[in-house]
Amino acid sequence: MNSAFLVVILALIWAGISGNFSGLNLLFGGVIGSVAIFVLRSSVRDRGSLRKARQLLGLALLFLVELLMSAIRVAAIVLRPDVKSAIRPAVVAVPLTVKSDAEITLLANMITLTPGTLSIDVAEDRSVLYVHVLSMTSEAAVIADIKTGFEARIAEIFK
Amino acid sequence: MRDIVLCLGGGCLILGAIFTLIAALGVIRLPDLYTRMHAASKAGAVGGGLVLLAVGLVSLDAAVALRALIGIVFLLLTTPLSAHLLARASYLGNQPLGESSVGVDPKTRLEQNSQA
Repeated sequence: MNSAFLVVILALIWAGISGNFSGLNLLFGGVIGSVAIFVLRSSVRDRGSLRKARQLLGLALLFLVELLMSAIRVAAIVLRPDVKSAIRPAVVAVPLTVKSDAEITLLANMITLTPGTLSIDVAEDRSVLYVHVLSMTSEAAVIADIKTGFEARIAEIFK
Repeated sequence: MRDIVLCLGGGCLILGAIFTLIAALGVIRLPDLYTRMHAASKAGAVGGGLVLLAVGLVSLDAAVALRALIGIVFLLLTTPLSAHLLARASYLGNQPLGESSVGVDPKTRLEQNSQA
């Protein structure tokens, strides 16, 4: 049931990308989607519930708003005449509670695209994420911001 | 309706161009690689995303709009990756932080902690 739904979505995306919604092309997309799901069958696990989809949508919205804010803030800093005194760069080590590859990747990408932070590296034992901060206020504030914001919500979705 | 969509698309196009210009200015003006990546990843992603959104709106064509949306998703997935890789490469290559940086580098601090 779940993978059948996925096949339909993949067929629609295929039709969208190839720009042709004819029946034959949709069928072709469905065949390619089935093959892809068959190949990836061990990694596509049953995560599906409507609640999760809603949480994911909420996270996506939060992310888009934060992205716009961060672009505006960087723009404001760049356009200041005294750009060097406006920034206080620093590297902060943020302890990680999420552990899987997918979670860390998602978190690192979101950190990079949100105000004033850029993920640099993950420690080898996955305990720490190194984050570069554009205008540092206090280390504790930066860490708390990431932990209570994105990390908590990502952990909730993948739980 | 058609005119409203076209105006919205034009607005997105201009805004996107402005953000892309600011991203380029940021890469020139900011002091070191790490801070430059802030400008390139954030303002760049928003600028490129807005231009793609404008293409989707102005085309007035569902198939083109859908492809533009997929393009935005891929842009948002890949831009942070390139910024992350560049920053990581220079971090591991011991590229120093800019002069105005504050605080201790956590990597050296961690090494000290593990030795103690």
